[in-house]
Amino acid sequence: MPEAPAETAVAITVNGKAIAARPGELVIDAAERNGVYIPRFCYHHRMEPVGMCRMCLVEVDTGRGMALQPSCMLTVAPDMVVETESPVAKKAQDGILEFLLINHPLDCPVCDKGGECPLQDHTVAFGPGESRFVEEKRHYEKPISISENVYLDRERCILCDRCTRFAKDVAGDTLIHFQDRGNGTQINTFPDHPFASYFSGNTVQICPVGALTAKPYRFKARPWDLDVVESTCTDCAVGCRIVIDGSRNEVLRYAGVDSDPVNWSWLCDKGRFGFEKVGADARLSAPLVKETNGDLVETRWADALTQAARAIKAGLDKNGPGGTAIIGGAHLTNESAYAWAKLAKGVIGTDNVDAQLGDGLPAAMVAGMARATIDEACVAGGTLLVIGSDPKDELAVLFLRIRDAVTLHKTTVVELSPRATSLSEIAAHSLRSVPGAVHELVNQIIAGEGDLAPVRAALANDHLTVLLGRGSMAESAEATVAAAAALLAAFPNVKFLSGLRRANVHGALDLGLTPGFLPGRVTLDDGRAWFTEAWDTVPAEPGLDAAGILAAAADGRIDTLILLGADPLADFPDRELATRGLKGARTVIAVETLLNSSSAFAHIVLPAAGAAEVDGTTTNIEGRVSTVRQKVTPPGTARPDWMIAAELAFRLGADLNITDAASAWAEIERLSAAHAGMTAEALGNEPDGLIVGRTEPDVERPAMVSFSAPAFEAPAVDAYSLRLVTTRRLYDQGTLVSHSPSLAGLAVSGSLLANPTDLDRLGVAPSGNVKVSSPRGAITAAVEPDATVPPGTVVLAWNQGDPSPNALIDAAAPVTEVRLETTS
Amino acid sequence: MAVTDAPKITSSRFDLADGHTIERYVATGGYQGLKAALAKSPSGVVDEVKSASLLGRGGAGFPAGVKWGFCPPGVFPRYLVVNGDESEPGTYKDRLLMEKDPHQLIEGVLIGCYAVGCSQAFLYVRGEMALAQERIAQALNDAYAAGHIGKNIYGTEFSVDIVLHWGAGAYIVGEETALIESLEGNRGMPRLKPPFFPAAKGLYLQPTIVNNVETLANLPWIMSNGAAAFAALGAENSKGTRIFAVSGHVKNPGVYEVEFGVTTFRDLLYAPVYGGGIRHDRELKAFIPGGASAPWLYPEHLDVPLEAATVGKLGTMLGSGAVVVFDEQTDMVKACHRLVRFFARESCGKCTPCREGTSWLEKILERIIDGLGRPEDLDLLLDICDNISVGMNWPPRQTTICPLGQSATSPIASAVMRFRDEFEAYLGGPAEITVQVKGPAFVGPYVHEEATADA
Amino acid sequence: MARLDDTNLATAKEIISRYPRIKSATIPLLHLAQEQDGYVATDAMEHIAELTNTTPAQVLGTCSFYEMFKREPVGKYLVNICTNISCQIMGGEELLHHAEESLGIKGGSTTADGLFTIEDVECIAACTEAPCLQINYRYFHKISNDQFDEVIADLRSGGRTDEIPPHGTLARIRQHIPADRAAGNADPAGIPEPIWLSAPATAPPEGEKA
Ligand SMILES: Cc1cc2nc3c(=O)[nH]c(=O)nc-3n(C[C@H](O)[C@H](O)[C@H](O)COP(=O)(O)O)c2cc1C
Ligand code: SF4
Ligand code: FES
Repeated sequence: MPEAPAETAVAITVNGKAIAARPGELVIDAAERNGVYIPRFCYHHRMEPVGMCRMCLVEVDTGRGMALQPSCMLTVAPDMVVETESPVAKKAQDGILEFLLINHPLDCPVCDKGGECPLQDHTVAFGPGESRFVEEKRHYEKPISISENVYLDRERCILCDRCTRFAKDVAGDTLIHFQDRGNGTQINTFPDHPFASYFSGNTVQICPVGALTAKPYRFKARPWDLDVVESTCTDCAVGCRIVIDGSRNEVLRYAGVDSDPVNWSWLCDKGRFGFEKVGADARLSAPLVKETNGDLVETRWADALTQAARAIKAGLDKNGPGGTAIIGGAHLTNESAYAWAKLAKGVIGTDNVDAQLGDGLPAAMVAGMARATIDEACVAGGTLLVIGSDPKDELAVLFLRIRDAVTLHKTTVVELSPRATSLSEIAAHSLRSVPGAVHELVNQIIAGEGDLAPVRAALANDHLTVLLGRGSMAESAEATVAAAAALLAAFPNVKFLSGLRRANVHGALDLGLTPGFLPGRVTLDDGRAWFTEAWDTVPAEPGLDAAGILAAAADGRIDTLILLGADPLADFPDRELATRGLKGARTVIAVETLLNSSSAFAHIVLPAAGAAEVDGTTTNIEGRVSTVRQKVTPPGTARPDWMIAAELAFRLGADLNITDAASAWAEIERLSAAHAGMTAEALGNEPDGLIVGRTEPDVERPAMVSFSAPAFEAPAVDAYSLRLVTTRRLYDQGTLVSHSPSLAGLAVSGSLLANPTDLDRLGVAPSGNVKVSSPRGAITAAVEPDATVPPGTVVLAWNQGDPSPNALIDAAAPVTEVRLETTS
Repeated sequence: MAVTDAPKITSSRFDLADGHTIERYVATGGYQGLKAALAKSPSGVVDEVKSASLLGRGGAGFPAGVKWGFCPPGVFPRYLVVNGDESEPGTYKDRLLMEKDPHQLIEGVLIGCYAVGCSQAFLYVRGEMALAQERIAQALNDAYAAGHIGKNIYGTEFSVDIVLHWGAGAYIVGEETALIESLEGNRGMPRLKPPFFPAAKGLYLQPTIVNNVETLANLPWIMSNGAAAFAALGAENSKGTRIFAVSGHVKNPGVYEVEFGVTTFRDLLYAPVYGGGIRHDRELKAFIPGGASAPWLYPEHLDVPLEAATVGKLGTMLGSGAVVVFDEQTDMVKACHRLVRFFARESCGKCTPCREGTSWLEKILERIIDGLGRPEDLDLLLDICDNISVGMNWPPRQTTICPLGQSATSPIASAVMRFRDEFEAYLGGPAEITVQVKGPAFVGPYVHEEATADA
Repeated sequence: MARLDDTNLATAKEIISRYPRIKSATIPLLHLAQEQDGYVATDAMEHIAELTNTTPAQVLGTCSFYEMFKREPVGKYLVNICTNISCQIMGGEELLHHAEESLGIKGGSTTADGLFTIEDVECIAACTEAPCLQINYRYFHKISNDQFDEVIADLRSGGRTDEIPPHGTLARIRQHIPADRAAGNADPAGIPEPIWLSAPATAPPEGEKA
């Protein structure tokens, strides 16, 4: 961190040394920044100090003589004199340590925290050798399960209030709390109300002793056996910085890194405990090809790649480059995404490439809009308008940042959504939009009449950011695009933070895995000359998006469909179209880490290396590029996606010139307008990552796209139908959660939520099953009355197993109208 | 002896069977102080209370008028919170003031609200005091009906609601920041001062004045009779009268309103109108001058006047006006254990030294009483105290947020240093109890000439 | 047992309305639940969490801090015998032993008939009247062993019900702020300076009945 400029510095003295503290800084932080570490247990710099463990007591003179003060609660003041090691301060600190130890069990050898425990460390460093406490220690039942993934051992607890403060102040899930009093104080949950929080694992990480431990890590390893690499979580697009702890080629846990611009050391449980999928038994470890009897059987890479190349070549000969299409790629590293983009657009010559599965937003908009960072979106006193995403379920740690901004920094949240979300409680204005017509609500707000005047006033903020995502799959993205365009016109200073959720969807879009674009946020036309020079060839015409590819495949116009870590059957909004498309393609090649529901259609399956198995970079919602690191070797012969692309290119008679992640990155930096200047060295110097498009590109590179939106008219509301809204939950029944044993149990199956007055009006019983039908199809679902669902709409969660809403959705329709009937 | 015939200011209705009724209250001059206050400007009332030098009666003894002035200007709403949690062992006055004269307290609250600019006050009554709660509820209902409280009192702009609130059993809630936490619906765990000085950041983080029941009960009299009349009573730095509860081994245990600062402990313990001497005419062994938290005094301190600063200089305090008297036959080890057990039971658990230290002290004392003490335990006791309150000097360097933790060191330091051989006797069986001075005292010697200012 | 019944729910709402922040009503509502059931039931804490917009864990956190709240049923009469310093040196511990012997139970437990629970408690602010005790928070000053036995016998035979309501009931008179007299909550979200602070002093109207 940079030093405070001299004119604003507060001059204090610590242990006789003059120190320039920052105004408003706590003594404990000022001392630490200047090399004096004051011991602590309760203080955690991402939470409000409570000053209750008393370990950080120091002697302070503020002009009225020396007094003992907790340095974690004391703000620096001019001429303050601090002694952290005077006899009185030492006496106090040693006393506290002894007090903490008298009731602490001596079970360090069997404690998961042993070896990385601040209490143990301080004791070894300063503590008395022999205990003067001959009385019996406090006893509690040893460890009790307080949630699916967390154990609590109350005997070890030193009551520092960290976990409880986290639960209440950071996560807003006040489900663990102090109970009882004095010497009998304990942390616990309410009976039968477990600590069911998306963020429970953070309490394990911040517990300064071994009171809270993670079940997935229990007795797995001793800290000194672990070796560690720093990486980035690739479970969603927030891109939290992590350390991967492993031992003997096995990943044992993830822990959050305190990345100032991103995750502040927090992780969601899906990210934290999702590491279990890395070593899952079901991981693909060898290529598979489909026998004539329909079975997928293992084969050698050489054979699989030859078959794949032959299929692509045959397509090329028959239908030209457009006969090959790629769906997926949003889980790849930037390097692999680039390799596949180069293979598709520069070798095969097809632009039928889409990293999104009809569930995102147009690439032209994501790439072209003025982008905000998380810090900018959460700026004190700013306004954050949320459209389309429920960050708690889709971008969990972003929710923590937003919550912090609202509760501590007076950021105003305005939420426009077809139903209440996790932000509704903390939003200054939470407004319901008609499904498929959010732009109409935006236009009304911009007009600012009547009740909407204060909402308009909230948006007229110098710091206005729009978190723009794609909440419901049951409507097309057009209304959202129109809303963004209207906001841009009305508030020219507006910036956008993407709410797209797939891990590296932003990297994939930036690197050209989307129709009409080349790497670096440039259009085919703008980039053609530059890339023809570099790549030899560039597609002539913009290609098809996922919906277009599936429709073309259904019509027999796609010879080879490559699924790059994609499961259209589960994720594409329109299952009927996805099924026809997969059936219609002559050859389906799946590049995957695990088999999924679409794999049944694959003719060739190529096993890819996954998270923690590859080196490279990833790009988050802000466009922030940070590194991912390999910790373990991939299972069997699985290999990185870029390598698969390079090998295919080779068999197609071309050379991608990519021999490792570093060479891919070097080429990206050299060619991409948006990545110019982001050298490996620059990235290495900035562990928090660098932001795409913020470095000045050199003049000769092609211009980056800017955002413009077509007009859109939503269809009129049909009084006889209900509009479908789909939502997401953090724990879905997707492949990744299902293969992480600690998480799989947390996914619940979805039921249809409807407003009780609608059920009443339609004569539908408020319990049991209903038949839900749309022009596209029908499903049967359990119905649940929910008064928070606006009348005229019904809500069904995505990917919570059957029934799946994608059976009802027509990808070509702007909204999905459904009818309900009671089933007998 | 300075047994003066000072008027009864706060306890004047204690002897009336119906002193708690609105009729009797009004008939005996009630609500005149409020009217006198309303005839002044609010700042005039503050000045009046300042010039009366009314010291807080809750324990810390801070001047009430000065405290009122600490509210940051321009920040509203402000709240007045009445501390009726009276739980300090030995203390018995606020309950009587609430049970026997609730209107006097209400009138005091109204005067305080008017002066400070509060439109809502909370009257926090200790949970265990059912009768006080009942009497105050009745008094509030009657006072609302009669127009003494509520909107536009007596047709003026002055409007205030008083909300009756009960605690639920926790001594620590008497500490003002814990009281505020409790009033917010939380566990009664104190807040650190600074930054949470109630006058600046109190209830709901708004400016809040916390005053003791007895403090406020003085206001009607001051307003009716003038600050000068009040300041004419008492000593230089301890004006007016004060209620002391004298309990333990005196012939007449009781609650006595005495002239503040001039009456001595000898008066209070021995004067026939007060304590009347030690029961069975035994010798005095020690006494607690101001509640369980206060370091003890001994026979050589009897001529100390009940004056805050003088007692403070000795290294102890008048605290909550609770004098507990031990005669020569008292088992000081057991008395010490009982006091320490109190603090161990009542620690809120927030600070490590208090949570762990007090119960450790209690366990050691228990072991000593059970005959399982070790010679090194006495120094261990003192060293644990030293770790809770480093240096054990006065003023102490407390390692805790509130003074409760350090309070537990008072009985240990007082007993172990003065009566060490009683403890040693326990190490080899129960002690023979005598009155002899057996060691240095924890509190300092009293120099008689220095402080006797009474006529 | 149980959530607050309809009558108590109405009382709860009246109590809540007096506070600028509803969480402040937590302790009063816990008292109300204890008055209803004799102890604070788990369901009641969940109900209070709903009413105060908190979580059950927060309500339990508060409830368990205060020793008057019992989370298990106790005797109809809670006998709290003070053994703190003034009572200790005046015979409080002997009184406790007598009570334990005559009721046949140890401090902290309840008689088999569910009538009496004894507790050894801290100072109850009656120090000059030692030894003393409370039964359901009603005081008995300077009580001898014989007097103790007498009171227990009365309670056993169904007497003294006027004086001592069942456990859970504290004040039997409740505060009511008449709507037309209420000054209203001082909302911490910000109200301006009270008018009387800046207004010139106005003498109360003449003839105002004292
Ligand atoms: C542990 C502890 C317990 C206290 N208990 C009480 C009490 O029961 N009643 C009281 O009025 N003040 C009590 N106080 C003092 C209060 O914190 C506060 O100083 C007092 O209520 C202020 O009122 P006053 O200025 O009118 O005296 C206690 C303080 C401490 C540290
Ligand atoms: S000193 Fe004791 S009672 Fe006071 S805040 Fe700390 S733990 Fe609580
Ligand atoms: S770190 Fe400051 S009191 Fe705990």
